[in-house]
Amino acid sequence: MTLNTVTEAVKSGAPAGAAKPPLLSIQNLHVWFELRRWGFGLAGYVRAVDNVNFDLHDGEAIAVVGESGCGKSSLMKTILGLNRPLKGQVVFNGRDISKMTGKDLRWYRSQVGYVQQDPYGALAPFMSIERILEEPLIINGVKSKEERQQRVRKVMEEVKLFPVDDYLTKFPHMLSGGQQQRVVIARAMILGPKIIVADEPVSMLDASVRVEILKLLRGLQVSHNLSVIYITHDLSTVRYFSERIFVMYAGKLIEKGMVNDLLGNPQHPYTNALLTATPEPDARNAEIFQEVPAGEPPSLVTPPPGCRFHPRCSQMIKGVCDVEIPPDFEVSPGHFSACWLQKPQ
Amino acid sequence: MKGLKQTLRELGRYPSAVAGLIIIMILLGISIYAPIAMPYSEAVSLWRSDENVWYRNPKFAPPAWTNWFRSEKLATSFAMGTEDGTIKKEVIEGETTKTINMVFPFDFTADTFPDELSIFFKSNFKEKEPFASVTWITPDGREIRVGDVSLGATETYRISQDEKLKRRLGGLDPQMGLFVVDPKAKDVLVMQNGRYELRVSVVSFEKDADVDAEFVFYGQVHGWFGTDHMRRDLGVALLWGTPIALAFGLVASLTTTVAHLIIAAIGVWYGGWIDELIQRITEVNLVIPFLPILIMIGTLYSRSIFVLFGATILLSLFGGAIKSLRATFMQIKEAPYVEAARSYGASNWRIILQYLIPRLIPLLVPALVTAIPGYVFLEASLAVLGLGDPILPTWGKLINDASSNGALYKGLYYWVLEPAVLLMIAGLAFAMLGFSLDRIFNPRLRGN
Amino acid sequence: MADQKLLQINNLKLHFRTQSGVVQAVDGVDFELDYNRAVVILGESGCGKTSLAKAILRVLPRNVHTYSGSVVLDGTDVMPFSEEQFRHDVRWSKMSLVPQAAMNALNPVLRVGDQVAEPAMIHMGATKENALEMARKMFQNVGVPADFLVRYPFELSGGMRQRAAIAMALVTSPRLIVLDEPTSALDLLTQANIMNVLKRIKKSFGTSYILITHDIATSSELADDVAVMYAGQIVESSDAHRFFTAPLHPYSRKLMASVPRLRAEVEPEFITGQPPSLINPPKGCRFAARCSFRFEKCDQEPPVFVKEGRQVKCWLHQ
Repeated sequence: MTLNTVTEAVKSGAPAGAAKPPLLSIQNLHVWFELRRWGFGLAGYVRAVDNVNFDLHDGEAIAVVGESGCGKSSLMKTILGLNRPLKGQVVFNGRDISKMTGKDLRWYRSQVGYVQQDPYGALAPFMSIERILEEPLIINGVKSKEERQQRVRKVMEEVKLFPVDDYLTKFPHMLSGGQQQRVVIARAMILGPKIIVADEPVSMLDASVRVEILKLLRGLQVSHNLSVIYITHDLSTVRYFSERIFVMYAGKLIEKGMVNDLLGNPQHPYTNALLTATPEPDARNAEIFQEVPAGEPPSLVTPPPGCRFHPRCSQMIKGVCDVEIPPDFEVSPGHFSACWLQKPQ
Repeated sequence: MKGLKQTLRELGRYPSAVAGLIIIMILLGISIYAPIAMPYSEAVSLWRSDENVWYRNPKFAPPAWTNWFRSEKLATSFAMGTEDGTIKKEVIEGETTKTINMVFPFDFTADTFPDELSIFFKSNFKEKEPFASVTWITPDGREIRVGDVSLGATETYRISQDEKLKRRLGGLDPQMGLFVVDPKAKDVLVMQNGRYELRVSVVSFEKDADVDAEFVFYGQVHGWFGTDHMRRDLGVALLWGTPIALAFGLVASLTTTVAHLIIAAIGVWYGGWIDELIQRITEVNLVIPFLPILIMIGTLYSRSIFVLFGATILLSLFGGAIKSLRATFMQIKEAPYVEAARSYGASNWRIILQYLIPRLIPLLVPALVTAIPGYVFLEASLAVLGLGDPILPTWGKLINDASSNGALYKGLYYWVLEPAVLLMIAGLAFAMLGFSLDRIFNPRLRGN
Repeated sequence: MADQKLLQINNLKLHFRTQSGVVQAVDGVDFELDYNRAVVILGESGCGKTSLAKAILRVLPRNVHTYSGSVVLDGTDVMPFSEEQFRHDVRWSKMSLVPQAAMNALNPVLRVGDQVAEPAMIHMGATKENALEMARKMFQNVGVPADFLVRYPFELSGGMRQRAAIAMALVTSPRLIVLDEPTSALDLLTQANIMNVLKRIKKSFGTSYILITHDIATSSELADDVAVMYAGQIVESSDAHRFFTAPLHPYSRKLMASVPRLRAEVEPEFITGQPPSLINPPKGCRFAARCSFRFEKCDQEPPVFVKEGRQVKCWLHQ
């Protein structure tokens, strides 16, 4: 089975399952961190996530693409329940988790699995693989050792770490990067979550292993009908492993759409810049200089007024882009771009 | 994570660690042996008692084996008595009297004269005091009349202080004159080695009376470890000093290290005002002078070792190590696996105990071991300053006694050297072990 | 003399002694680099490419077991040079290094400008003012504003720090720079920027590069020639054009196939198995265990075959 054929049908047009209520709905989300001067005075806020809205449906994989400092990590941590937002809601299956505490919060955390970027750092070096995988079960009240062992075995088989018994007694440093990441995925799956949040899951792995792990994730998504939020800065992989793409810049989602729509017809200048900057193995690249927008991503403490990309944008409209924050314009069904250039005339 | 076996195997690669470990094993062995061979109460009573217990020993005597290094061999102290059956009593019953003859033979091989000669009598009688005559037989067969004495219940006849005997020996002190070939030849004193006999003949006027005698030859050297100003064998203090020193060092080190760990972990994990409070307390504690406060407590309040131990722990609880532990914790706190643990719902305590602290054990174990000598020396320092526990025999106390009796001034080096060497060896052993453990647990320092 | 290349490496070996055995990190590497050309050493983790960088620049750790071969730089074999001579004449004057995660290798307590100026002071004997002036010029070349000279590393972003590290490697105007994964930790746009910087410097100063990376797509931005490294050996070496269109060695082909394409509808593949351990490399062809074209001859180690100016270490191309 090529994964392409499975998801071909849903690559364009409005998102699948749009009729059902979304599994996860992010509404008006603001995650701001307080900046303290000398430990006492308030010096301002780091506006890591600034008015982000999107829906995630059952069994859907979305990619959040952005560079470092754009706020995708804070967004992800809020979805995981590790951060409390300043304003806005994170609605999971109809319940707002942004205000949950205690047992409720723990229940929610068992519904969201977390796959981290650094496979070695994500595993406690002094625990055996078996212990690492048992931890979530122990914490979430699975008292019977037998049941735990059974579930551990099952999840190890799903991530294809054979022979299971061999691996269970090993320690993280004895495994290769790819194997470590499989354990991380296994751990994320073991509580039977509905959503997996994967933060750059393959960027620290070798090129040949990346595809293997991404395919594994994709396979698990299909077989368990999981929703996956896949955070990356590598645009070349999103086409194979997600249905929708969101592009994030300076705390805001500046373009959202289905994979084929966005990649085939990119609207926002930043998206265009990213696409242009994504290289492919072609010897002619060595002879041309790439076009890169000047400057650096803005400070999240004092972001520029209006559109946050305007200082670097070659197509900026003076008096418009530097004054008012552009809203989402629907360029085609399901494809939104937050840019004044897309304003319908 | 290293198991015990693997750690031991790796330690084997460092000769200093092996040496340290062996020494520590020996010290531990001594510590276990001490309370078995000489229970605590016995040791304390031995150490506190006056000359009644230690009367057999000379004062200020270096250990007997120092004779090895001397060309002029000093006389070794010894004692022999009838009470323990080493010397047989010959009892001759008369009509109204009873004669008890005791013969004390000994070999005199030293090159110096003894310091003192005494006979300790213990008599059992109702009214009439027995009467003792003492004679001296030299190796060349001369018989010298030493003296006569009537015996009370206990009687000490100090031969070396007998003036009459001295005059009879031509003005020579008895402890010299009795060992000289010709006491009259004053310009050339030739010492005579060989087998001597002290004969004591006691006449008792009661049939049921009984007399025991003990002859003590006070040489200049005695025993394995020498004696102090109260004639106490230093061995008792050295023996018992070992478990005290080790216990103090180990318990103090362990308690403070664990305390530091937990305090730092709590501060880092909970952050906020808890962290600030802990940091401020630690900083104030760093500035407080440790030893002077202990001295104050010892001088003004109590010198009991438990009080001082408690004070040491209290003052060390918020020690400077908390700062470096905190720095390490802050790093670990950001580790991805801790974040992952939070994401699957681990509670704060679980994270502290199961995720943060185990990461630090490689740092701690060497730190713990290396801290032990510090506490051992602390206890000794307090004792040297005169603040040691007054009843316990410890190494520091020995040094304290030595300095108050002017040991170095008098050339009694053994008194200071023995406890000092033991302190150094103990400190060195733990330090070597600690450094090697550090290299094993923290391979970055290996310099490969 | 017209045939003289900037760098000719012959049978370079670097083996390390470790607790588990001798790691044969660089096991008989040959390649050539012409003036003003960039060669990319492609390889995955564990193939020995970082050790190759260290071997060329003689930045050796203490547990070296074997270090042999010839490194002919500008016509002179620098292998026999003593450490002092190498340090004085070669390192940083003729060739320099931008190490992996260079942005983290900056000294956090020194100003960036001072650090970039330091090699000029040490290797060229420049005075402090002259060296700082050279640093300022280099900052301009790499696109860092001059007022960053007095800043500390923590005040710069990752991309800026990487550019500072490149400036440090350039300040003595060496003919050759070895870059070990210069962009792997950086964002997409920053990567593109750095690549532009490197291209511009190559054009203006005629510098040659040895770029060591596992990122095939990015490598094509700079490569004139490509050499693929596997298990301590170079298994293919070719000019960039022919390599990227039609790689020869089965490993190279699998590598190319594993690159996800943004602009083409080709599903990427992956390579099963793992690279062999460098402590006891297998006899015969080291890739044979994972190769789909394996046949009996592969039990013997293949020599390097030359095919139209390209080199392949594979029996299929005999």
